[in-house]
Amino acid sequence: MSAGGTIVVVGAGQAGFQAAASLREAGFDGSLTIVGDEPVAPYQRPPLSKAYLAGKATAGTLALRPASFYADHRIALRLGTRAAALDRAGRQVALASGERLAYDHLILATGARNRPLPVPGADLAGVLQLRTLADADSIQARLAGVETVVVVGAGFIGLEFAAVAAARAIAVTVVEAAGSVMSRAVSQATSAFFRQAHEAAGIRFVLGASAERIAGADGRVTAVETTDGRSLPADLVLVGIGVVPNADLAAEAGLAVADGILVDHTLLTSDPAVSAIGDCAVFPSPFAGRAPTRIESVQNAVDQARCVAARLTGRAAPYAALPWFWSDQGRLKLQIAGLARPHDRAVTRGDPATGAFSVFCYRHGHLVGVESVNRPADHMIARRLIAERLPLAPEQAADPAFDLRALVRAAAAA
Amino acid sequence: MPTITFIRPDGARRDLAVAEGTSLMQGATSQGLDGIVAECGGNAMCATCHVYVDEAWAGRLPPLSEDEDALLEGAAAERLPTSRLSCQIVATADLDGLVVRLPDRQV
Repeated sequence: MSAGGTIVVVGAGQAGFQAAASLREAGFDGSLTIVGDEPVAPYQRPPLSKAYLAGKATAGTLALRPASFYADHRIALRLGTRAAALDRAGRQVALASGERLAYDHLILATGARNRPLPVPGADLAGVLQLRTLADADSIQARLAGVETVVVVGAGFIGLEFAAVAAARAIAVTVVEAAGSVMSRAVSQATSAFFRQAHEAAGIRFVLGASAERIAGADGRVTAVETTDGRSLPADLVLVGIGVVPNADLAAEAGLAVADGILVDHTLLTSDPAVSAIGDCAVFPSPFAGRAPTRIESVQNAVDQARCVAARLTGRAAPYAALPWFWSDQGRLKLQIAGLARPHDRAVTRGDPATGAFSVFCYRHGHLVGVESVNRPADHMIARRLIAERLPLAPEQAADPAFDLRALVRAAAAA
Repeated sequence: MPTITFIRPDGARRDLAVAEGTSLMQGATSQGLDGIVAECGGNAMCATCHVYVDEAWAGRLPPLSEDEDALLEGAAAERLPTSRLSCQIVATADLDGLVVRLPDRQV
């Protein structure tokens, strides 16, 4: 179906939006519908925990495109509408309303949802999570009167929020079960740097302990009780303990799932009429030795959407885009190129004491990931180094006099 | 409101009113201009809102920051002396009439 046919996209996040936009850009001329359960048109999520909460962005500036874009490109938006079931034999999506949408090809971009905190008291008022615009609005509405915050989970979302709260002179304590911050995402060196930087900004950490119970009075949170016996006072608790991929729709329809919807190297599910992209998709990543990989990032959502749009318009190619990530935490801009975990060697370029450095991570002698803090030039070069598998010895990476840009330029000229 | 002219690689021109204080990138994407991708949403992380500033205007813009300079090195299309990231150019009354050209690709 290079030109016509009917494509339905389930999910109106960054991946679903991009799939539809890229299909039109590539000349797909058939019927195109995006189904999304949130009531708003596709918007950017990353600023929710950063600029939006800090008051530097509005719902209007978060919109990925104006309403006119969808009309102009003949993309039907079915918002506030949940896809309830798939009828793969009949190639139809059943909506919660009972309506059915027929498809020739279905793109699942169902994303992920926040992992709930499985402890007593997690349902008290003031215990919040952050993924959607509605979540951010709910937090924003309460922040004004808040003096003490406990953040459960020291991942990207938790730390981004902690930095925003601390900048508003709110007392912040972060509770993390692991012994270090962002331990699943970054090297020890980067983790240690961020912990120190956040501590210097007044954020307190309780590591190696979990929330055991949330205490409240009159239905409102008052404290977080931890497994190591502390009671941490809180007017607001932000829970950021990871996400669960939305794979239920796929699983109930008999598609292969395992911590996400399983797809092949072209992002097709076990049904050739169904693709899956973005946070919900588990794919064989060439940057992880083709091990099943699920990535939660804008880059992954956008590039997978483009890959599927290209396939559906006659330009099939394996998904091979380099993963990259970013996180703004206070004045610190963390950018990650590649999949740095696991690695067996890490070297640092630049001096962390200056607040700007990069950590080059190696696995079996190959550069697999680079974490840059306030060093965007390193990050852009690292993307090329890893994507093009250019040889860079750890000793060279660590040598501030070694010219990385010249290495990349020489490779481009060769 | 300052008017900014965007010229596509095929020569097609589009004049957009961009509110003062808003970046050219925001002005362009919010009015549905194709050719500005802005993957990172204006966070100076991705270099997919690359534009070439008309030479007559090149000296009249605030200078490149170190971050912008670094990101432009990673832009998909050729970097020229007039290359800028449109998320880093904020519309002001002084920029009324600014002309920028879109590169042939952003990714």
